[in-house]
Amino acid sequence: MNTLALSWRYLWSRPLAAGLNLLLMTLGLGSITFVLLASAQLERAFERDLADIDVVVGAKGSPMQLILAGVFHIDVPPGNIPLAEVQALARHPQVAQLIPLSLGDSFWGFRIVGTTPAYIAHYQATLAQGAIWGAPLQAVVGAQVAASTGLKTGNTFAGSHGLGGGGDAHGHTPYTVSGVLAPCGCVLDRLILTATESVWKVHEDMHHGDAPLDPEDQQALEAEREVTMALIRYTTPLAAVTFPRYVNSSTGMQSAAPAVEITRLLGMVGVGTRVLQGFGAVLLLTAALGVFIALWSAVRERRADLAMLRMLGAPPWKVGALLLCEALWLAVLATVLGLLAGHGLTAVASWLLQADKSVVVNAWQWVPAETWVPVAAVGVAALAALLPAVSAYRVNVARLLSTR
Amino acid sequence: MSIDTLDLGYRYPGGVELRFPDTAVPQGGVLLLRGPSGSGKSTWLALAAGLLTATKGEILVAGQPLRPLGGRARDAWRAGAIGLLPQKLYLSDALTVAGNLSLVYYAAGLAVDPGAIASTLDALGVGDIAQRKPSELSGGQAQRVALARAVLRSPRVILADEPTASLDDVSCESALNLLRQSAAACGASLVIATHDRRVAEALPQAPQLLFSSKNGSIPASMGHS
Repeated sequence: MNTLALSWRYLWSRPLAAGLNLLLMTLGLGSITFVLLASAQLERAFERDLADIDVVVGAKGSPMQLILAGVFHIDVPPGNIPLAEVQALARHPQVAQLIPLSLGDSFWGFRIVGTTPAYIAHYQATLAQGAIWGAPLQAVVGAQVAASTGLKTGNTFAGSHGLGGGGDAHGHTPYTVSGVLAPCGCVLDRLILTATESVWKVHEDMHHGDAPLDPEDQQALEAEREVTMALIRYTTPLAAVTFPRYVNSSTGMQSAAPAVEITRLLGMVGVGTRVLQGFGAVLLLTAALGVFIALWSAVRERRADLAMLRMLGAPPWKVGALLLCEALWLAVLATVLGLLAGHGLTAVASWLLQADKSVVVNAWQWVPAETWVPVAAVGVAALAALLPAVSAYRVNVARLLSTR
Repeated sequence: MSIDTLDLGYRYPGGVELRFPDTAVPQGGVLLLRGPSGSGKSTWLALAAGLLTATKGEILVAGQPLRPLGGRARDAWRAGAIGLLPQKLYLSDALTVAGNLSLVYYAAGLAVDPGAIASTLDALGVGDIAQRKPSELSGGQAQRVALARAVLRSPRVILADEPTASLDDVSCESALNLLRQSAAACGASLVIATHDRRVAEALPQAPQLLFSSKNGSIPASMGHS
């Protein structure tokens, strides 16, 4: 028999009290874990999707809307911009890379994005099957899209007009799946990618029917071609100072810096996380109080047992250590259960987000901040046990000896 | 001598001073502490067990002068030399009977000896209840278990506080016999604090330390019944 085993027995000799305290502590630690995980994952998801995009250029409107629509694909874009102007931007000396994005259609709620293969390369995504599109009206689908819709290489599907689903179907210009992307944990997972020309083709055909256009009309049409936005990487960090000003003042377009907008967004979301964190802290404090009360009453209840140990020759520190150990058992159990609960809750949240075709959150990933969960648990338990342990340490054995 | 006291006294913090007559008990001998409740018997036991430190005089128990012993050394000494049978038995219901006995080894920082536990319980006729919880025992069984705990490691001195207080005449006699046999079996000296006349009657040869309570100052005297 050692202190660990004995304190375990003592702990479970009052199963109801022990169970309730465990539940209380688990709830506190679980909610803190959830908040830590969710905020870390959200930030990580944002950072992953932002990967090296220095600036987004699109139609004038809200810069945050532009970022949410263009980088994270969780908002509608403010409008379109002329292809000619984007092509001019691509030749700007401060632009290292320009990826055009054309939005407008969707399939089962997943966005169909007209772009260039550079978009896939940018996120270092790889193909799980098939190949990248070789011609207009061929499409590569993201991993989550493939999983939800069952699309495989060789399948055909018709996009519907609008980003939300439920729009008119472009039945006469179906896409053929040329490839499926491997999961990348980034925004590409929930996109359908195709050549920019596909989007033009679908919409031009819709407006003009199948009748061939005469060359003059065709030329006019091509001159009017538009894309929705452009993701741009700079050649030099100095461009961040001059390039946005150039775009905003010299063209009809606007530029938005993702880093700035995301800081703004996280600042707003941060209020929510702080509220949740505070809530978790209150729960943890309640749990600490519960552990304190439980141990305190345990000392009172077991004053006799502890005194007997002293009578049998146990040194005071051993008696105090027994109670501390009991609290530590609670802390260890609550840590394990709390972490499981926190991750489980995150898994539920990530499942809901996924169903919402929104941010991808990996619930079973360890974030460094979680290291604080066991630290908090042990700290709280030790603090709660300190006073009872001291009281046990100083138990008056001689007086108890004369108790009848 | 197994127990020797000289000019022994104890003053409670901010309270009255108790003075005890000199005592000498040979190894294997019996001593009765007699007197009404609150007359200082338990204090004397606590002094002999090293749970309290004398504020005056000397006390030697099992050959060990107790006053110079520090707290830790005294705990270690008590674990080996003293078997305590308190009036309230203090059996923990979180543990089985055998578990309660293994606390003796835990307290002393020793490895549990299941063989000794089993044979001690057997010797006291309660070997069959080793796996029961104390709350499931009868009063007599519980007292035997507490006695087993006191004699488990063959102490030099057994200190029993009112061991017959709640027993009828038949149980009283058998409890006393068991106590004396157990003490004799390990050669221990036996000190019994009691206000029960039946104990003095059953042990007419035993020397007695008489306690009385008068106006807060408590003289005690040595005598025979």
